Amino acid sequence: MYIASARAGTRTRLGAVPKTVVALGVVSLLTDVSAEMITAFLPVYLLFSLNIGYVQFGLLDGLYTGATAVLRLVGGHFADRLRRPKLVAGVGYGLSAVTKLVFPAVGASALGIGGVIAADRAGKGLRTAPRDALISLSVPTDQLGTAFGVHRSMDTVGALIGPVVTFLILMNLGTAPTPIFVVSFGFALLGLIVLGFFVPERPKATASPGPAPSIRAGLALLKDVPFRRAGVVAALLGIATVSDAFVFVLVQRTTEVPLGVLPLLPLGTALTFLLFAAPLGRLADVVGRWPVFFGGHVLLLGVYLLLLAPAGGYGVAVAALIMHGLFYAATDGVLSAWTGAMIPPSLRGSGLAVVQTGQALARLVSSIGFGFLLQYAALGTAVLTAVCALAVALVAVLVVTRKETTS
Amino acid sequence: MTTRTRTALGALLIVVVVLATGVYLWQAGGPSGTAAAAAPGGASITLVDQRDGGDAVSTTDPGQTDGPRTPTGLRCQRVYTAGGTTVCLRLAGIGPSFEAAVIVGGAEVKTIPLPGVPSRARVSASGKVVSWTVFVTGDSYASAGGFSTRTGYYDLRDGTLVESLETFALTVDGVAHTALDVNYWGMTFQTDDTTFYATVGTGGRRWLIKGSTSAKTAATVRQGPECPSLSPDGKHLAYKKATKWVGRWELAVEDLETGTEKVLPNTSGIDDQAAWLDDNTLAYGVPSQQTGVPGIYRVQSNGTTDPILIATAASSPVPNR
Repeated sequence: MYIASARAGTRTRLGAVPKTVVALGVVSLLTDVSAEMITAFLPVYLLFSLNIGYVQFGLLDGLYTGATAVLRLVGGHFADRLRRPKLVAGVGYGLSAVTKLVFPAVGASALGIGGVIAADRAGKGLRTAPRDALISLSVPTDQLGTAFGVHRSMDTVGALIGPVVTFLILMNLGTAPTPIFVVSFGFALLGLIVLGFFVPERPKATASPGPAPSIRAGLALLKDVPFRRAGVVAALLGIATVSDAFVFVLVQRTTEVPLGVLPLLPLGTALTFLLFAAPLGRLADVVGRWPVFFGGHVLLLGVYLLLLAPAGGYGVAVAALIMHGLFYAATDGVLSAWTGAMIPPSLRGSGLAVVQTGQALARLVSSIGFGFLLQYAALGTAVLTAVCALAVALVAVLVVTRKETTS
Repeated sequence: MTTRTRTALGALLIVVVVLATGVYLWQAGGPSGTAAAAAPGGASITLVDQRDGGDAVSTTDPGQTDGPRTPTGLRCQRVYTAGGTTVCLRLAGIGPSFEAAVIVGGAEVKTIPLPGVPSRARVSASGKVVSWTVFVTGDSYASAGGFSTRTGYYDLRDGTLVESLETFALTVDGVAHTALDVNYWGMTFQTDDTTFYATVGTGGRRWLIKGSTSAKTAATVRQGPECPSLSPDGKHLAYKKATKWVGRWELAVEDLETGTEKVLPNTSGIDDQAAWLDDNTLAYGVPSQQTGVPGIYRVQSNGTTDPILIATAASSPVPNR
């Protein structure tokens, strides 16, 4: 049934992207509205409704982020093993949806709230690799960049809508937490329904070509030179990537725009990401994913260099945010497109999970390291360290890619 | 299941979920709460009424437990009034973002966008200087036990706005300190409207600091005390203090002339910048262990009596003088 319809009616007006990708984009959009509603509300909830300090909360948060990154590997593996990426993704989406209703039940216990957030993260960890596998299996290899670009763009639309919904509820219904959680659950449920009823399971073929999925086969992927190289490259650059929150604080401080603008800075990055994810994905399909991925990180170096300029004001701040958004547009979906093309379809979930987990763990290490640095360093030193680390990583990556190709 | 029935069923479920959520919201948005009878005359306190998840600024009688509350019409996450000046930290826009509104004689004279979620608010006894502390989310995301605050002030006399005390020259134990992880919270002003006390945190340690807004300097006094609050006569400093472990504070009062400190009995669990109702009485919020919803207590500053509950599901006590 699906193969027949894949030929005929799958082209939509969103570029030349198949329906499956658009449907998955809608799922991610709705899920992100749900997730970002909570992200925006959580500080108000913890500080005003529950009076929990970040002292208790910060530590748990860091621990859970690291632990759940590993769940991506589990999600990817089972998606391949069961040959049902949609089912595994659905479990992840479902788990995250349920956590929205558990929040009120755990009350003011920092441990309980940490646990609920961990379950939410676990859901995200489980679903990411299977979902990316589904996307990558529904388009021809030469259109992977565009497909991931469209998906990430729709995802970001949801991330922008979420905080608006939270604000509207807070403004009209006060700071009572229940309406936020109920509406967030509603959006998550809509995402699940779209996944269940509008995304076909196993889009391309009934038996994917490639080795039988197993943990050993997944690990054997790392013997493949281009794939291993891509994983190492993503991790190396991940270690030199300063986390978003730090970037926004540094942008505000170095450009000396008013402190009150700080909460609006993430919007600049998100809007740019939203607008350029699809075009840069398409560019990656045309000129190659590696050059675009590498170029994205050069743009990130540009962001750090802009932070060295003293008191740049709004002009420099806007330029930095646009470049930061372009960095995401050129790297986030492009990484999955780049590495997805190297992995046999039967191992797509496991393979994508390996690269994403490596990158996520590297970024966590970077975040902890940078946080540590800020305890001792002055502003200029911190930015200069970021510049040097990324410059070294970019050179190292060029050396790695050259060495691996000649060996 | 054919594609058509599948699509129809999916569409039906979507309609059901949207309708159910809509009906829920419609009900939640209905009339809630009843306007309380006017509080009796005499001394009253202002607070943020958090019943039903609300944030209505109300007045009540501090002489009884859960007396009637009278809404003032303001909605704030945190509020303080002194010398005829009110500062209201409230929801401002998407994000959600927040702002500090400075109100004098019923008119808003200044609105300042805030970089985070409101935590503390204070006005100097004369009403000339207002200050606030907000939590900024994210920028110490993965650092152990990390959190990040910004404390700013606005001087009504000359319109000086300092968005963050981070721009002040700080000395820690006499040594100039430039680390980026410096956080300030809980500012309070001396009767000269220039000298202030606050808390600074850096490198995982917290200090009571004393500073000057005219010289733009601050120096550590000693480690430990947080969220200081000067009595109206400027002779006593109340603060919360972790006596057993971090995150579990007690209320203490220091006599600034003699330097003697008294930890007030049975105030364990306080998480607030205490407010002086008069030169001998303090009011402060304690979050409930189960629900987190704070209640407001009052206590004699000499530590001779146990705390008395004034209001449940309320925060941000403010004396009405």
